[in-house]
Amino acid sequence: MDFLSKFYFNYSRIIKTIKIYLLLAGPGLIVMIADNDAGGITTYAATGAKFGYNLIWFLILLGPVAYFVQEMTVRLGAVTKHGHAEAIFSAFGSFWGWFSLLDLSIVNWLTMVTEFIGMTAALSIFSVPPILTVIIVIFVMLGIVMSGRYWTWEKITMAFCLVNLIYIPAAIIIHPSVPDILMAGIIPNFPGGFNGELFFFLMANIGTTIAPWMIFFQQSAVVDKQMKEKDIPWGKFDTIVGAIFTVIVAIFVIVVTGTLLYGMNIESAAQAAQVIMGTHPWVGTLVAIGLFDAGFLGAICIALTNSWAFGEVFGWAHSLNYKVKEAFWFYVYYFIGLITAGAVVLIPGAPLVLITLFVQVVAVTLLPAALVFLIILLNSEEIMGKYKNTLFDNIANITIVVCIIFVSTLYGISTLFPNLFG
Amino acid sequence: MVAIESIFGERIGSAIHESTEIITRINRRYATPKIKLSKGAKFALLFLRLYLIFLVVLLGYKFWTIVHGGA
Repeated sequence: MDFLSKFYFNYSRIIKTIKIYLLLAGPGLIVMIADNDAGGITTYAATGAKFGYNLIWFLILLGPVAYFVQEMTVRLGAVTKHGHAEAIFSAFGSFWGWFSLLDLSIVNWLTMVTEFIGMTAALSIFSVPPILTVIIVIFVMLGIVMSGRYWTWEKITMAFCLVNLIYIPAAIIIHPSVPDILMAGIIPNFPGGFNGELFFFLMANIGTTIAPWMIFFQQSAVVDKQMKEKDIPWGKFDTIVGAIFTVIVAIFVIVVTGTLLYGMNIESAAQAAQVIMGTHPWVGTLVAIGLFDAGFLGAICIALTNSWAFGEVFGWAHSLNYKVKEAFWFYVYYFIGLITAGAVVLIPGAPLVLITLFVQVVAVTLLPAALVFLIILLNSEEIMGKYKNTLFDNIANITIVVCIIFVSTLYGISTLFPNLFG
Repeated sequence: MVAIESIFGERIGSAIHESTEIITRINRRYATPKIKLSKGAKFALLFLRLYLIFLVVLLGYKFWTIVHGGA
């Protein structure tokens, strides 16, 4: 009897904790899973095809990196109740404010184009014409945000996040050798020696782990969700869960392409899906669906990031809790971003490859600034009070930020000058 | 001085005026940085300026090589 009552007590406590988490979960989970966007999935697919399971250990290391950076946005958003764009304007003045806002809108718009490239390429495998994909996607994305409730948007988007886990059944279907994965993937190694090509792939994986929009998105989402200081531990936990999921998805993408396409040069996830379709139709289908979902999640989050940022600075009503009439410009900006990015993909002969490469270069101009502002703001006693960075936070965050700036700069330069690293 | 309205027409001219006013208002609101900058923070901001100048020079060089038929 005593055992039963203890069991019931613990069971109720766990259920209650899960319920609280599900209420507070959202920004961290969404930002991390949306980080595995069309570009991210392409990077992982190409990494698996090129190096097999050998770089799985590196992706595991990137999980904590993403967590440490994004965790700062949870604290900053919950304490200041301002998005990152507004925080930069307010703390550093209009020069840095305009620089960040304009750079963010350019890099975000270009990234949205790459998300549409991913979505149209994924659905064209199922013979869906790109124009139909773009129109349907824009209508669905409009429908999701127009409920007038942040909560509704968040839960629908979390359902799309679940679809991102589709790479797990895709990997299970092909029965990869688990001992091989563990042997090759867990122990740090540099397949074929540390050469220019490997370095480029490592840089690409880091580049896809932290993107400028993620910082702005999560902080604005935390504010829109009306999270308070007392919710910070849950926000951090949500970010940890998201970081774990993002690494799991990345690993399973690598397992799929590392098993089926090892030794091939893959240029896009859509190409990977198409090749896999020839031998394993079900797996190819799952990879294509996953790519579409990744592009969808990326596009919806990035479009919102822009709307939030402009709304904060221009003083428009900027919350998903408002109806269209109440936050007209917020929704108009969201819609214009999506429709123009989608339209570019439909232009015959549009320089889509150039746009994909250019994203990396423009991102490099914004990412270091956004990260440096984040660290400075998190160290301000007057802004953060008792939630400011501790010594441990600073050691971890500054090390990560310096490394990210260094590597992403090299990545941007190597995109501009492809022969630089051999 | 030529009025903007005479070049772009009444509606576009007033829209430009309105946008300029909004931007001026934002600039005025955020004219002074509110954060107290430590030496380290000042150094970081200086580094950022130099870093951005470096990137702009690099992009300019890339553009120059493309225009002149290089890589």
